[in-house]
Amino acid sequence: MALSTVREEALLEDVAGYGHAVLAYTSEDGYPVNVATDFETVPERGTIRLDRPSGPSEPAEGAEVNVTFSHVHPQPGVGYDQRRYISIWGPLTKVNGSLELDPQRTHGWDEQRLSFFELCERSVPAAHRYMQKLSEERGETVKPTLSAGWLFFLATRVPFLTATFVPILLGAVVARVHGFSAWWLTLLALIGGIAIHLGLNVANDVFDSTSGADEANVNPTMFSGGSRMIQYGLVSLSFMKRVAIACYAIGIAIGIYLTATRGLGLLWIGIAGVFLSIFYTAPPFKFVHRGFGEICVALGFGPIMVLGTYYVIAQRFSFEALWASLPVALLIMLVLYVNQIPDKPADAKSGKKTIVVRLPKNAIVMGYGLSVGAAFLLIAIGAVTGITTRWALIALITAPYGWQVYKALDTYYDSPYELMAAMGKNIQLHLFTGLLLIVAYVIAIFV
Amino acid sequence: MGLLPEPVEELLNAALVSELTVLDPKGRPVTYPLIPLYDGERIYMTSSVLFSKKLEHIKADPRVSLTITDATATPVEPFRRVTIQGDARVVEDDLHSGWESVLPLWTAKEPIITELVKKRFAMPLFWERSVIEIQPRRVYLWADERTDRQPEIFDLTGAAA
Repeated sequence: MALSTVREEALLEDVAGYGHAVLAYTSEDGYPVNVATDFETVPERGTIRLDRPSGPSEPAEGAEVNVTFSHVHPQPGVGYDQRRYISIWGPLTKVNGSLELDPQRTHGWDEQRLSFFELCERSVPAAHRYMQKLSEERGETVKPTLSAGWLFFLATRVPFLTATFVPILLGAVVARVHGFSAWWLTLLALIGGIAIHLGLNVANDVFDSTSGADEANVNPTMFSGGSRMIQYGLVSLSFMKRVAIACYAIGIAIGIYLTATRGLGLLWIGIAGVFLSIFYTAPPFKFVHRGFGEICVALGFGPIMVLGTYYVIAQRFSFEALWASLPVALLIMLVLYVNQIPDKPADAKSGKKTIVVRLPKNAIVMGYGLSVGAAFLLIAIGAVTGITTRWALIALITAPYGWQVYKALDTYYDSPYELMAAMGKNIQLHLFTGLLLIVAYVIAIFV
Repeated sequence: MGLLPEPVEELLNAALVSELTVLDPKGRPVTYPLIPLYDGERIYMTSSVLFSKKLEHIKADPRVSLTITDATATPVEPFRRVTIQGDARVVEDDLHSGWESVLPLWTAKEPIITELVKKRFAMPLFWERSVIEIQPRRVYLWADERTDRQPEIFDLTGAAA
């Protein structure tokens, strides 16, 4: 059987940690029987000695039986945790009034060794096989379902839109401080940016499914490993392709309209944004596969969006807007950087050579620290020298978040699920710092 | 009072885990730790399609045996051990929400399930589930944890349709 966490080499040692055994066998009337009994391991013989239970019947001499050791730890008011069990099959013989099991096959699960989430992910193919079988039996398709709203929300990864809101609103408030304002153009830029971002998210799923990266990933988290909608059978690959194309079509159409009405300067920004977005995972460039994903994300969700929005409103470029975009660019780059850590084994397996795949842990953790430091240094320099509003200094209050993520990376680098809290905090670091920069410019408008 | 003897019902209503033994295609026993639910007549368990092997075994051979053996996970005084043989069937007309019929029994034992169900979108396949419905046929009840002593036997054949 697959997915077993049983340590064959330490079977008797592990079994000895349980309180009792459950002996299961087939009785004369054909029904299975299972009954608890005490036991002791016999390491010198490699066997397990069981007390003879006084049950419905006795297993036949030499018959193959199943002996299971199971444990849960009750959590009153919650349920239970520390789930583990070991199941052993083998012939049972009678020795000096006891029963002796000679282990031949084993199966089991210990959530300390294989997390429940990973167990579920590794079991996805089994679920598909079962539903396929049900479909054949019933003559109709049996598949998992989710409401259309949740499907859209999850498949497009809507929560990540904070990466688009921050730079576009930042570009808009910098323009406002410079005396340019057009709320409807800001809204249009926002809709275009959202469309391109959602298209990128969905296209990323399409290409990662095609390349096998998402299939190979058995440690997805809410922040990494893609939306899993294709892997779970909730949507088809072709449906996701159509969604990606529709999103890009909307975004590009808005970009063309804005270029036509606001100026050709926007053309190069738009082309660069769409180019980086599409070829982030798409061939022939597949930037993320070559370790350039971070640069793409930094450029796309930093200068391109901030300057693009600024240009849409002001019809010119601004050095201040560019400078203000840099810390945002670094922090969103770090979101991808950290989120790729749990994906490392699957990415490596599918040939996706991200920076995390290419570099060792120490370099990655140090890289995070240096990048966070650079982001806050840029904020401070900009504010102190007057390149940006001096109010931007309020964004420095999120710096401790960066330190916390840095420490968590060092501690939980190889533990995907323990790392989740740090991944969440890292996203908040980008969001809150970006929002504080926006607030700084809003204050500057009125002061 | 339900179908089963009162001490057995008390165990079924309290147990956080039991061991369900089914037969594989070669007639060999296979045991799964599962949370037992009881409505006064039948015993229920649920299984995600992620872990569906047991469902296939039951469909091929409905004969099962369930035992409650863990005193720590069964807060009943005095604790007894019980084995229940019966016939099982898999109810899965609606994998998405059919199992919600036993949700009140489940959440009574595992309250966190209420919160997890609200977030079922995060683990969609885990919440596509079948219900295992067991009609008890015979019960073996040991007065304490000593299964080396003779059990009290209850034959329920014909006790319920």
